[in-house]
Amino acid sequence: MPLDAAAPRAPYVHHGSNAGQPLTRRDGELKVTGRATYAADHRPEGLLYAVIAASRIARGRVTSLDVAAAKAHPGVVEVLTPANRPPLGRDPDQKSGPFGFRIEVLQDDTVRYAGQPIALVVATSLEAATEGAALLDPQYEALPPRTTLESGKRFPAPAVGVSGQARTEHGDVEAGLAAAAQVVRTEVETPAQYHNAMEPHAIVAQWDGDRLTLDMPNQAIVMSRAGYAAYFGIAPENVLIRSPFLGGGFGSKAILNGPQVLAILAARMLNRPVKLALTRAQMFGPVGHRGRTWQRLHLGLDGEGRLTALRHHAISATSSFDTFLEPAANASLHVYRSPAISAETEGVRLDTGTPSPMRAPGEAPGSAALEIAMDAAADAVGMDPLEFRLLNYAETEPGSGRPFSSKALRECYAEGAKLFGWAARPLRPRQMRDAAGLRVGWGMGTALFPCPHFAAEARATLRADGTALVETAGADMGQGAWTALAQIAAEALGLDPAQVEFRSGDSSLPDAGIAGGSGHAASAGLALHNAGQDAIARLAEIAMRDPRSPLFGADNIGVVARAGRLHRRDDETRSESYADILARAGQAAVVGAGRMQRDEEAVKERAMYSHGAVFAEVKVDPDLGQVRCTRLVGAFAAGRIVNPRLVRSQ
Amino acid sequence: MKPFDYVRPRDLAEALALGSEPGTAYLAGGTNLLDLMKIGVARPDRIVDIGRLPGLAGLDWREDGGVRIGALVKNADLAYDARFQRTFPSVAEALLSGASAQLRNAATVGGNLLQRPRCPYFQDLASACNRRAPESGCDALGGETRRHAVLGWSEACIAVNPSDFCVPMAALDAVVEVQGPGGAREIALEDLHRLPGQTPERETALEPSELIVAVRLPGQAAAVARHSRYLKVRERTSYAFAVVSAAAGLELGDGAIRSARLALGGVAAKPWRAREAEAVLAGGEPSEARFADAARAALAEARPSGENAYKIELARRLIVRVLQQALAGAPETLPALPGSPLAPAFGNRHAA
Ligand SMILES: Cc1cc2nc3c(=O)[nH]c(=O)nc-3n(C[C@H](O)[C@H](O)[C@H](O)COP(=O)(O)OP(=O)(O)OC[C@H]3O[C@@H](n4cnc5c(N)ncnc54)[C@H](O)[C@@H]3O)c2cc1C
Ligand code: SF4
Repeated sequence: MPLDAAAPRAPYVHHGSNAGQPLTRRDGELKVTGRATYAADHRPEGLLYAVIAASRIARGRVTSLDVAAAKAHPGVVEVLTPANRPPLGRDPDQKSGPFGFRIEVLQDDTVRYAGQPIALVVATSLEAATEGAALLDPQYEALPPRTTLESGKRFPAPAVGVSGQARTEHGDVEAGLAAAAQVVRTEVETPAQYHNAMEPHAIVAQWDGDRLTLDMPNQAIVMSRAGYAAYFGIAPENVLIRSPFLGGGFGSKAILNGPQVLAILAARMLNRPVKLALTRAQMFGPVGHRGRTWQRLHLGLDGEGRLTALRHHAISATSSFDTFLEPAANASLHVYRSPAISAETEGVRLDTGTPSPMRAPGEAPGSAALEIAMDAAADAVGMDPLEFRLLNYAETEPGSGRPFSSKALRECYAEGAKLFGWAARPLRPRQMRDAAGLRVGWGMGTALFPCPHFAAEARATLRADGTALVETAGADMGQGAWTALAQIAAEALGLDPAQVEFRSGDSSLPDAGIAGGSGHAASAGLALHNAGQDAIARLAEIAMRDPRSPLFGADNIGVVARAGRLHRRDDETRSESYADILARAGQAAVVGAGRMQRDEEAVKERAMYSHGAVFAEVKVDPDLGQVRCTRLVGAFAAGRIVNPRLVRSQ
Repeated sequence: MKPFDYVRPRDLAEALALGSEPGTAYLAGGTNLLDLMKIGVARPDRIVDIGRLPGLAGLDWREDGGVRIGALVKNADLAYDARFQRTFPSVAEALLSGASAQLRNAATVGGNLLQRPRCPYFQDLASACNRRAPESGCDALGGETRRHAVLGWSEACIAVNPSDFCVPMAALDAVVEVQGPGGAREIALEDLHRLPGQTPERETALEPSELIVAVRLPGQAAAVARHSRYLKVRERTSYAFAVVSAAAGLELGDGAIRSARLALGGVAAKPWRAREAEAVLAGGEPSEARFADAARAALAEARPSGENAYKIELARRLIVRVLQQALAGAPETLPALPGSPLAPAFGNRHAA
């Protein structure tokens, strides 16, 4: 779709500085009127529809597929099975790096998990392809699946998450536990979770010679090119990925998955565009999930309730054929002060699809377990949960002793507690009932998340009419990148967002890095900010060298960009509009480039996290077991808020 | 998807003629049938769209105070009809506790009565299921059975009927009006759904081509209007099927219960009218102890069909609760969370 269609329609109310303003979504109108095109909305000429046949057993072998029956169905064009699947440019059984997983693309008849693709049916209509897949009537030789902790094979973890450390120990945990007045032991089991976003995975693949165009939701648009290119033996530059809108991603759309590769393969084999959209049921298996965990924590406490040692052990589940381990134990490394902390993860192989990063991998299940353990410990020493957390407050980063770049957790606790009315909480549990006789419980927990930055690039063009075009291959999964990134660029350019055209979601644009790890605004945003500043610096250069400009000779004093004009820093009455500067110079545009470059020294010196405190009220019907969360108050210190409206909608 | 023919008859006679051909399914709102077709559980050769048949979409109030509800009346339209809400509040509450606003706008009364079970094995073509494929076995037995039946089940099938609407309708002696090639007949709602026995594939008392044209509630049923409730225990407070549900209606007079109506949902292959419990209640003074006796009587024959013994105790407690709430009186307006035991705690206006 033309990306400038995402430019605002209504004029913006301008409140001064752009970043920090509660602008409404630039793409909101397109979305609510159904004009935002998602991958599966594309219907190029000659389109064929592919449907996956998925395994209904979890382990074993496919012994037969009735390909003839499927092919005889009207409209079915081709059936891909391990028997006729064309070769790929690289071995799908080989791992391609920390973000690349072994994928199932019909390389053999083995079934490794329920929902694994066992054939791909391509037809002239979705209905025909669906029926073709149903007619395959697969027969299996089934083996007992290993789906429990007891039946799975345990193994020492080489690494956790995306190349995280599987074993970390600060201080002497054994000694800390031995010296403790008491040790509180907590066990927590967390289930598998699937990133089954509102928009299931979908792809429309089109070949033109050895050039490939992919319409697909993607959280790492430029990076993904190389992955797909490698499977088809072409250069990354030959792949164009268009992903203007994603209906949710949660990490799964940053990963290269098997079904998409199959669709591209079918398109090449049949020399026609092919569309593949997974059904909701097919999202459980071949496209990643958060693996199960079994966690055990030991908290050593002295007589006053201070932590003497904290040990967090996790067993994380992965598939039988590749490894991604939820880094749950590592969630305990940076939250509370303790003279000794250890985090260790083990793996267990189950007959499921391979897990993958999903919304806060590690922190989500790991901090839940830690906070449960902290509550148990608070109870054991007879303290209020909040008071207990304050007693064990980390003034510097546990383990490293590095100062925090910022930490306003105490303020979060105070603000959240005040809004919630926490002070009225009775110390002992089961003390509160409401007027209707329901039991009432109040609880709280700490939130912490690191501040990752990824390499990113951007371009900013100031145009003759005084407006700007900014470009980066960002990804809007619904979090609001279309709006927040444009705001950041507009700020750097000294323009109203309405005067900034923003192109994004297309791999021919400068690489915006990966939209994940809560690092997209900081990464792509900083690249856009730098690009904007670069364009302004180039424009200033033109003006300051031009004797006819009121800014002539301002060199050392400098200029300020605001409201489409450059002003002399020491005398704001001396200014000139961008359009005038360019017109006099006879230039159609100035182009600035920006990269996100993290200051490595600063990263070494300071620990960077966002913090938060969450308070909840839950009511329980004691006779019928019905549970309802009736209030939730969160207070967060998440750095500079680019757009409070977007943040609130999170 | 299996190719199928789509036919839209002009009138009832044409619909019945088309419906008598084998492999035909009637399509009403389609919220259940089409889902089952997409997953391959229903594979009709032809669907006959009865959705626009004339004369089946109205409410007709009777002289005795009862009402005749056309089979094509939408679930939402029925639930929001002011007079209907006043007269049969537990039915309105049951309807609004089910599915979602969008589904209720599309789903019809007839389709709701005939919705198919939600047993996960029934919906999974890789599992054996006697209901889907007669005599193929029942993979639910010994499997995930937390949601399965505790009353009236057989080794051949342990699925439950998932409808909320049917529960108060059974309690209120609703009558189903049916048209078939052989003419019209009436079936008590209580007899519409069959217990599985050895033939679970025969889900209802309807012959294949028979069409439901209306459901009637007798005027007598309005006698409990001021003291009736529907409560539904579920795993989420909205957009979830019942684990166990209960509809109760009390007719009070002179400090005693003149008559009582009680039915359970989520416990059997049909809405379960608890007549033994009604007998315990009738004529006595309303009290905690009597409610508990009634609850025991209702579940006297219950036995778990798997890992679901908890449902028996849960059903007993729910009966006590629904009777307490019925005694306290139907709310003036529908509660904010229809059917939820938690509703009183959250204001008394239905916001959906
Ligand atoms: C996500 C979801 C959640 C739901 N949650 C709930 C819930 O919480 N509680 C609840 O009670 N229900 C729930 N439902 C079920 C819903 O109530 C039914 O799908 C709906 O009532 C069916 O009505 P319909 O008109 O769409 O029927 P259709 O789908 O058109 O038909 C259903 C069946 O009835 C037959 N049929 C329809 N009308 C007639 C007629 N007049 N005569 C003869 N045969 C007929 C059809 O042939 C078909 O076999 C849910 C459904 C969905 C999809
Ligand atoms: S319980 Fe009934 S519906 Fe479920 S699998 Fe068994 S036979 Fe089929």
